Amino acid sequence: MATSEAYMRTPTQQAWRRFKRSSSGKAGLIIVGLFVLLAILSPFVMPYDATKDRNLRERLKPPSVEHVMGTDELGRDIFTRVIHGSRISLRVGVFAVGIAVIVGTILGLLAGYFGGRTDMLISWLVDIMLSFPSILLAIAIVAVIGPGISNAMIAVGIVQIPIYARLTRSVVLSLKEQDFVAAAEGLGAGRARIIFRHILPNGLSPLIVQATLSIATAILDAAGLGFLGLGAQPPQPEWGLMISKGFLYFTRAPWISLFPGVAIMVAVLGFNLLGDGLRDALDPRTSR
Amino acid sequence: MTAYAIRRFLSLVPVLFGVSLLVFTFIHLIPGDPAVVMLGERATPESLEKLRKQLNLDKPLFFDVEAAIEERSIAALFESQYFSFVGRILRGNLGESIFTKVDVATELRARFPATFELSVGAMLIALLLAIPAGIMAAVRKDSWLDLSVMTAALVGISMPIFWLGLLLIYLFAVNLHWLPPSGRLDVGVDLNPVTGFYVIDGVLTGNLAATGNALKHLVLPALALGSIPTAVIARMMRGAMLEVMNQDYIRTARSKGLAERVVIWKHALRNAMLPVITVIGLMFGTLLTGAILTETIFNWPGIGKWLYDGIGARDYPIVQGGTLFIATVYVIINALVDLSYGFFDPRIQYR
Repeated sequence: MATSEAYMRTPTQQAWRRFKRSSSGKAGLIIVGLFVLLAILSPFVMPYDATKDRNLRERLKPPSVEHVMGTDELGRDIFTRVIHGSRISLRVGVFAVGIAVIVGTILGLLAGYFGGRTDMLISWLVDIMLSFPSILLAIAIVAVIGPGISNAMIAVGIVQIPIYARLTRSVVLSLKEQDFVAAAEGLGAGRARIIFRHILPNGLSPLIVQATLSIATAILDAAGLGFLGLGAQPPQPEWGLMISKGFLYFTRAPWISLFPGVAIMVAVLGFNLLGDGLRDALDPRTSR
Repeated sequence: MTAYAIRRFLSLVPVLFGVSLLVFTFIHLIPGDPAVVMLGERATPESLEKLRKQLNLDKPLFFDVEAAIEERSIAALFESQYFSFVGRILRGNLGESIFTKVDVATELRARFPATFELSVGAMLIALLLAIPAGIMAAVRKDSWLDLSVMTAALVGISMPIFWLGLLLIYLFAVNLHWLPPSGRLDVGVDLNPVTGFYVIDGVLTGNLAATGNALKHLVLPALALGSIPTAVIARMMRGAMLEVMNQDYIRTARSKGLAERVVIWKHALRNAMLPVITVIGLMFGTLLTGAILTETIFNWPGIGKWLYDGIGARDYPIVQGGTLFIATVYVIINALVDLSYGFFDPRIQYR
């Protein structure tokens, strides 16, 4: 009975059932959902303004009823700033990974499908990029294109391109010898149609899993750039930048750095959990 | 094996060629005259001229076609900025810092031990924590122990390293006064550097007080830097153990009546270590090259902090030399990790 039921389900339904059984997936989905909700709703619900509500009389106040996370060196409410920071971090994560997925996937498709010199050239570029530690490469890119949150986003995205190029290439290599691709070729389908209609959709699962985990890395890297002063600029309520500002008042007012760090950790943890859960659901063979 | 090793190292040549191209182009990607970019707006015309000569900025970027045709020699074709840059580097001349005038190669040699010592410390902490934790989590799969190890590992991966560093400083240095917050030695501690590894230097010169002091300084940055390797290795160790524990030979070992302890530590662990060793090697490469954030927070005088300061000060010879060095070390370590498979797993045949 159970087998016939499983037989009737679409792959999506099967994946959803597996996802629901994964406790890390569920936990991740809840955290990410709250994070996204917070990012969307933050402009409407906040009692203070994230950048303008300065009050030097209220500076460096420890957490209290009015300011649940305390205030920073300019008397701004840290809770408000942390909430508003969620918008910046979510945007950075999504856009950076968007850049990496689009460029990386196209490079990987070209390398895997055409092989030969195209493959050699693309693999060479990927190997070169992978010879640098990612944070160093991101710092170097920002040094060239200038600091700022948009450029940090681009830098963090570029750094992740090789991951997708490699991943897509390996997926294409394993798929292109399969019968259904040969059948499509036999029916006279064009190259573009084969690549985008037949190969790419079948290789989507590992890409989705990797993209979720990449958002976590992108948020961490962008915060690192913000901490080094190369990402978001004051007075933006970016979490990494807030931690670095708090560093100066660390002995007197540790809460300035503490709470943005907790926010980063929870957001990143959410995407990591969700990624693990998606792997359980979409890629049952590789999950343990 | 030897043939494979040779081929693996030959494969580094095109990659390092690309790296040199990228590092060379870096300075030309920044808008403006490189000489002005390097020396700043207030540089004198004489110093600008001197630097242009020194960097061959009056020559073409890659190929001097005109000179080659004029002089009818192929050698003249390569008298360009790029090839003189590569030639300089191959002779071990990385230039000198614009601001401190210190030779970049000398500075690298002086700072590398600090970074290496920190990386070894971080890796030791990671191994001591992660390997037993990963094994225990696998052996008691789905127990509370497994759950807490895996949760801790996931939290470890999700924490920004610079923030963890700040927390450690606040807790152990500012509040408890157990450990120093920054640097490699207290002010006033005398140590004659022999190798540059202060912990070892103290022992070598019979200065055990200095060794103790260096160790104290090492603990916090090594903990912060070691957090990610700890988490990654623990996850890997658990996964590898679980895979091995399901195999037939483990069932055979158990059915022979061997103690579970022997089965786990002698039979399973050996085979589970292979993927873990790979990760350890790759992680060590990352540690050696990527400690920029940790070194900055703990004011650790290693390569990462130096490079970061160099980027901030637009000291391009430092950026070029340091980046080139880091990339080279990284790809060589990756190649060595590849080669080590054969050593740890004799079943692997290299072709």
